[in-house]
Amino acid sequence: MTLGAAMGGARALAAMKHVGLNVAADTFMTAAYTGARAGLVVVSADDPGMHSSQNEQDNRFFARFAGVPLLEPADSQEAYAFTLLAFELAERFDVPVLLRSTTRVSHARGVVHRAPAAGPPAPRFERAPEKFVMLPGYARDRHRALLERLAALEREAEASAQNRVELRDRRFGIVTSGIVYHYVREVMPEASVLKLGLSHPFPAGLVRRFAAEVERLVVVEELEPYLEDAIRAAGVPVEGKAYFSRTGELSPDLVARGLERAGWPAPAPRPRHAAPPTAGRPPVLCPGCPHVTPYLALRQMGAVVSGDIGCYTLAAMEPLRAMDTTVAMGSSIGMAIGLARSGGASGPVVATIGDSTFLHAGLPALADAVYNGTRVTVVILDNATTAMTGGQAHPAAGVTIRGDAAPTVDLRALCRALGVGWVKVVDPYDLAGIRLALAEAVAQPGVSVVITNRPCVEMPVKVRDHPFTVADGACIACQACMNLGCPSITWSSGWHEGRRKVQIDAVTCTGCTVCVQTCVPGAIVPAPGRSGKA
Amino acid sequence: MSAAGGSILLVGVGGQGVVLASAIVADTALRSGYDVKQSEVHGMSQRGGIVSSHLRYGRAVASPLIEAGQADVVVATEWNEGLRALPYLRPGAPLIVNLHRVVPPGACRDRLGGRFGYPPLAVDALAREVGDVRACDALAIARRVGSPKALNSVLLGVLATLVPFPDHTWREALAANAPRGSFPANAAAFDAGRALRYPDETWAQAAAAAPAPNGNEGRARGAPATLALTEPWCKGRACGICVRACPELCLAIDGRDRVAVVRPEACTGCRLCELLCPDFVITVHDTVVEAR
Ligand SMILES: Cc1ncc(C[n+]2csc(CCOP(=O)(O)OP(=O)(O)O)c2C)c(N)n1
Ligand code: SF4
Ligand code: SF4
Repeated sequence: MTLGAAMGGARALAAMKHVGLNVAADTFMTAAYTGARAGLVVVSADDPGMHSSQNEQDNRFFARFAGVPLLEPADSQEAYAFTLLAFELAERFDVPVLLRSTTRVSHARGVVHRAPAAGPPAPRFERAPEKFVMLPGYARDRHRALLERLAALEREAEASAQNRVELRDRRFGIVTSGIVYHYVREVMPEASVLKLGLSHPFPAGLVRRFAAEVERLVVVEELEPYLEDAIRAAGVPVEGKAYFSRTGELSPDLVARGLERAGWPAPAPRPRHAAPPTAGRPPVLCPGCPHVTPYLALRQMGAVVSGDIGCYTLAAMEPLRAMDTTVAMGSSIGMAIGLARSGGASGPVVATIGDSTFLHAGLPALADAVYNGTRVTVVILDNATTAMTGGQAHPAAGVTIRGDAAPTVDLRALCRALGVGWVKVVDPYDLAGIRLALAEAVAQPGVSVVITNRPCVEMPVKVRDHPFTVADGACIACQACMNLGCPSITWSSGWHEGRRKVQIDAVTCTGCTVCVQTCVPGAIVPAPGRSGKA
Repeated sequence: MSAAGGSILLVGVGGQGVVLASAIVADTALRSGYDVKQSEVHGMSQRGGIVSSHLRYGRAVASPLIEAGQADVVVATEWNEGLRALPYLRPGAPLIVNLHRVVPPGACRDRLGGRFGYPPLAVDALAREVGDVRACDALAIARRVGSPKALNSVLLGVLATLVPFPDHTWREALAANAPRGSFPANAAAFDAGRALRYPDETWAQAAAAAPAPNGNEGRARGAPATLALTEPWCKGRACGICVRACPELCLAIDGRDRVAVVRPEACTGCRLCELLCPDFVITVHDTVVEAR
């Protein structure tokens, strides 16, 4: 989309997390050949330490792989300045620019001084098939053109003000980029530093000159030895990952300890309080989350569940523990086909996929399952939003991302159009209905689809009904309700036959009624009073 | 805290307003003429996870991250999270902590042993370790003065007495950052927090905080119960009621189409299967409870 816009002459920026670039890679790799009319910038944030991701790939390699310039901001001010610079470079060199951030740079606040706004060019599409139609004959020329642009960009990187030498104590020369620069400055203010802001094409000459000024060259970088390998390839002796981990985030403390291993005198360890015992707090599905009951039923059925990426991935954890695989956004249905075809599954094979993910990447695999007659069940968890990433709307949500009315994809009709013979829409707050629908679905000879139809209780609007409470005298402490993992249900101070009784927190309970349906003695009753909830 | 600069760590649980609170502190520091850097991590916090926000202010700040033992104050909107953040606190520095507890479901999982995985609310022990503990039930205070959602502002009021930011900068930042319409509630909560008197308030509030389950009190059963099955009476797959009823997934219908105990070690003796089986196949022998 952004490539089309930039070809049409409008400045365009596409922002995605690191794994998003895997999906966009097909276009991205070839966009390096075509370039565009107006600036095209791809912003991609890596997630060292996997705060909220399925892997911690280092996207700097994408710049080298595709042959595009790479900018690595270190803080909020640079994120702003480098974005302007990225458009300037993209237009001057006719090439997309990759602006690579990390979680710590993106989830940050800082003082930003703004530059005077310069007007973007007026959009105008000019035909140029030899540039924009990548038939092999044209593409060969464009690949050569890309290599020429890279040579020019290398001269740019050698002279760029964003690649900055700071000479201080000459015993150690540190090469670094991104937020790690600030960690180095924090723990080792007296060291000489080469800070790389425009790190691809690699400014080998600059590094050589810096190396000549210092006794030892040490690279401090998060994740892969990207800079280190480039320096070594330039024939300059260098150290780096021998002292720093290739996994997880760095921090000032980890930088100090790595430099200590490298022989830099470490500051004396600071006194600190010991860590007291605490309760772990992994993320959990919300009270009243509509994703709960399908997994409760699937676990009881002994299904082999191929999961996907969204809030519902949390169903892999205690107490639902009902997901067997999760790899990438949209992989669930394809993997379910493979699991079913392998013949090794111990129970019915069921793919579970969120509505947003289904529309993003589930359709081709579902068409394939139908086409090849694979016996799988697909559960589409339609909560009418993209909850895990903050509640963005999508084509089946009925609204645009700005909240205006929009045409809505009819998921049931869509599945039928793909050739699915058995489709059923069920209410996930009806536990018996969910159990029956799933039992019927897995008994089908071919592809069956179950679609749940309750909205996310948190976004875009909070769904709240009258809360429930536990009648203490009636609770037999069987803890069946606790198998839901609802965070509103915890132990009370009561006991029954050596088991803890439970209580419901009226403030967070959404009144979804699911726990009521699990309670055999009927101990879960509406909380007294009229609901004060909006 | 020093007027030259400082490090503030804010921690809590998703949904408690930690990120908003740290935006307000950052804005206040900025309005007071400081350079500020702030970095937060809230993995999947919408789903009840941990939120932490590092904030540093001074003349010029390099790294936004606070190292262990380096926070000049920790503000915790939840008790367990305050304890978790303790290694970050500089020895001798104050800890501001909410006495309200958000118990994660994972702390209630030991069904046979009954061990409660949430740390006890032991304010006196914490005060011995830390020295300056400013504990209050921020949720109760916020609810009293306007809105329970403003619990973060109560704690900001406590923080305001410890940092060198002028009063008007706090008010401006609150007005600029509080969600539309919520400024009055947040301002009232802020004032209530600032009016609290320590250390007396810590003891008064700790005494008022309601008792909750602690330890296992020696009342847990400790061992599983056993089941006696009269298999010939079982209708198998045609029924399966007990299989669906067992909260511990102890039961299954086996290859002979009869009920079987597949996870004997997990039986808590709740008797649901015995109560629900229409054919009286199952009897629960609860030696543990009978022995008491
Ligand atoms: C390729 C890729 N792009 C983006 C993401 C980030 N991401 C994680 S979950 C998710 C969407 C989840 O939406 P949905 O499937 O509807 O489930 P929900 O969270 O609403 O339950 C996205 C976009 C990702 N993990 N991988
Ligand atoms: S945000 Fe919505 S979809 Fe996600 S866990 Fe909560 S209720 Fe479920
Ligand atoms: S009704 Fe029960 S399951 Fe639903 S939110 Fe309330 S306590 Fe949780």
